[in-house]
Amino acid sequence: MAEILSFSILYSTIRVATPLLLAALGGLLSERSGVINIALEGLMLAGAFTSAVVTHYAGNPWIGLLAGIGSGVFIAAIHAVACIQFDSNQVVTGTAINILMLGIPTLLSGALFETTGSTPQIPRANLIPNAPAVIAFALVPVIWYVLYRTPFGLRLRAAGENPEAADTAGVSVAAIRYTGVLLSGALAAIGGAYLSIGQSSLFTRNMTAGRGFIALAALIFGKWRPVQTMLACLLFGFAEAAAIQMQGVIPHVRVEYIQIIPYVLTMVVLAGFIGAARAPRALGRPYEKE
Amino acid sequence: MLELRNITKRFGNVLANDRVNIVVRPGSIHAIVGENGAGKSTAMRIAYGFYRADSGEILVDGKPQPIHTPHDAIALGIGMVHQHFMLVDTMTVAENIVLGAEPGTLISLDIRGAGKRIRSLSEEFHLAIDPGAVIENLSVGQQQRVELLKALYRQARVLILDEPTAVLTPQEVDEFFQILRRMREQGKTVIIITHKLDEVLAISDEVTVMRDGRVLGHRKTAETTAAELARLMVGREVLLRVQKKPAVPGRVILSVRRLSMKGRLNGISFVIRAGEILGIAGVEGNGQTELIEALAGLVGESELSGSIDFDGREISRLSARQRKELGIAHVPEDRQRRGLLLDASVAENSILGVHYREPAVTGRSGIMLDDASIRARAQRVIEGFDVRPANSELPARALSGGNQQKLIIGREFELPPKLLLVSQPTRGVDIGAIEFIHRKLVALRDSGCAVLLVSAELEEVTAIADRLMVIYAGRIVGEVDPTLATNEEIGLMMAGGSRTSDED
Ligand SMILES: Nc1ncnc2c1ncn2[C@@H]1O[C@H](COP(=O)(O)OP(=O)(O)OP(=O)(O)O)[C@@H](O)[C@H]1O
Ligand SMILES: [Mg+2]
Repeated sequence: MAEILSFSILYSTIRVATPLLLAALGGLLSERSGVINIALEGLMLAGAFTSAVVTHYAGNPWIGLLAGIGSGVFIAAIHAVACIQFDSNQVVTGTAINILMLGIPTLLSGALFETTGSTPQIPRANLIPNAPAVIAFALVPVIWYVLYRTPFGLRLRAAGENPEAADTAGVSVAAIRYTGVLLSGALAAIGGAYLSIGQSSLFTRNMTAGRGFIALAALIFGKWRPVQTMLACLLFGFAEAAAIQMQGVIPHVRVEYIQIIPYVLTMVVLAGFIGAARAPRALGRPYEKE
Repeated sequence: MLELRNITKRFGNVLANDRVNIVVRPGSIHAIVGENGAGKSTAMRIAYGFYRADSGEILVDGKPQPIHTPHDAIALGIGMVHQHFMLVDTMTVAENIVLGAEPGTLISLDIRGAGKRIRSLSEEFHLAIDPGAVIENLSVGQQQRVELLKALYRQARVLILDEPTAVLTPQEVDEFFQILRRMREQGKTVIIITHKLDEVLAISDEVTVMRDGRVLGHRKTAETTAAELARLMVGREVLLRVQKKPAVPGRVILSVRRLSMKGRLNGISFVIRAGEILGIAGVEGNGQTELIEALAGLVGESELSGSIDFDGREISRLSARQRKELGIAHVPEDRQRRGLLLDASVAENSILGVHYREPAVTGRSGIMLDDASIRARAQRVIEGFDVRPANSELPARALSGGNQQKLIIGREFELPPKLLLVSQPTRGVDIGAIEFIHRKLVALRDSGCAVLLVSAELEEVTAIADRLMVIYAGRIVGEVDPTLATNEEIGLMMAGGSRTSDED
């Protein structure tokens, strides 16, 4: 059991937490502006798929990453237009995007590579194993600073707490919310790209496996604050890392039981602590005045 | 300075503004009066760019200006304090004030610099406030200062104030008027909406009267009287003081003994009989809210000590619902937070509190709402209390403030109550409706109900209460005969000077 607390588990905790953290920080920017972003899962899938495909063709992971970000922003823009322009139900729109992003990669990879759901292997030299982790953890203080120390952050928080107040103070609530949602698309897509061209070397069908939802849970558990959200991601990352290590260590326990640990932990944490969290007051409420 | 020309605005099929013309001269204090729903807030919100007019134009300094968003209005030097404050509760005073007009650079918000400017502004206009305080911990009076500072911070030359005095105590109103006069001396123009004609006469230079979306007249304040304005507003003579017969008190309905709540209420004892109105006067924040909520069952019983007997039964352990079932109705002071579900329809709001039982719910099964009887109930409230517009499908949010109040009062009358707890029943309500509500309260009394009336409005409690107690710092400091006591006497007691302290 000693190796569970070894250096390697620290390393794999960070590896597992990175995509969660990127998506959760994206979700934070969207939700602090007042738009529920349940589409994180779909946005991650968009980033994972697009970056794998583009890296395969371009032979350069940075171009792949940029393309992945572009796809995340594009899909997020759909969510933004539906929620902000047309006041649609934000949960329904987000769910639709998640379902859509389960299907589209399968369809496209069938057309491009004649496989269903996965993309060709990318050579090792064309992967970016560490960059997204560095970006993710560096973003925590940056987002904290933006949120609490810049005019944009003040407006973002105001739009999520009381859009009428922001509007009457001369702030364009729509512009702020668009920015928040589009940024969430970019960040979640980096998280997805990390899965396909960072940790592994190809895209496989539904490769996020619910990470977008765990990121959402981490965001709620972290009370929509950057540092707490990071800690929550690390906790979930640790649970998964520990589960991976235990698979070889503990005999006579079926692998499946160990693999569900992170998901069970997510549920327990949400059920047990959600009462103490206070969401942005206008979260999920379209801003319409007449 | 500011001129509205032929402004028309519809909400759905409600014509809120119908070719409205208002001219505000620079450096003046201009009052706008009119019944609830007359379109005052709408006209001013159009001038501020919050709503867009369907037609008509806005002139600033004689030039037509396109004002499409509050941002445009702010750039032209127009500031507005809304009827319901526009503040982010979880943020600090400074953050709220600078929001949208942030000092510093794009990447660095200079909140400390803002704090300094806010302090100097608040000294200049005598608006004491701590820039670091969080809004939700402030009293309404303080929140209003924040709203004023918000406009001043943006260097507003024209200040639009939508019912600023509705939430202030009489003392605060005096201070507030000092501030407005100071602003006028500094060359600012002030537009003030109010329902109180004595305030119009006290503070304004000119006054515009609105009714049913139209401007009915414009007067120089010096050349008009309260009676003339009232007639213009309502379209008929208004009794500024309701007539009533002496009360005929019956058996004791409510008997409160040594009711205490830590730091809030201190050994309060009194009785109310059937057929009488007991008034409680006091400066806001002296325990009135807590007293009413304790009686309505909205305060945790662990926080309270003492006994509450209702109709011969000890009720201090009963829930709010059980008390309502016994016949205790409650009109809360904060109509938007406690009194209504703003997004629910008028019909749905009219059954709140009885929504789980007959007649709102049908038959024995008790799980289906009975639409027909709900609509009938809503209709009775709308007709009985003159709620306008008379459409039970509208969301409560779309009603003007005064009509929201009538809806709540009407709903509570439907209970039907044996005891009515009513707080600030006419706050933000026009004079016609005040007369109406006062009549209804007196009629309820005459039908044998006991009424506990809490009001910050001395005029109100002295006019309709049969007995009057004064509350100060969580204790009853004395009881007076409202027909004999002078305002000065009561005011003194409200400020803490006791009359009966040596007796007990
Ligand atoms: N956002 C809205 N949606 C629909 N109808 C509205 C809206 N705002 C106002 N109205 C309607 O427009 C009319 C004018 O309302 P307004 O709020 O301007 O009245 P007011 O003169 O300010 O009344 P009060 O003294 O009660 O505040 C009312 O009939 C009201 O119901
Ligand atoms: Mg109004």
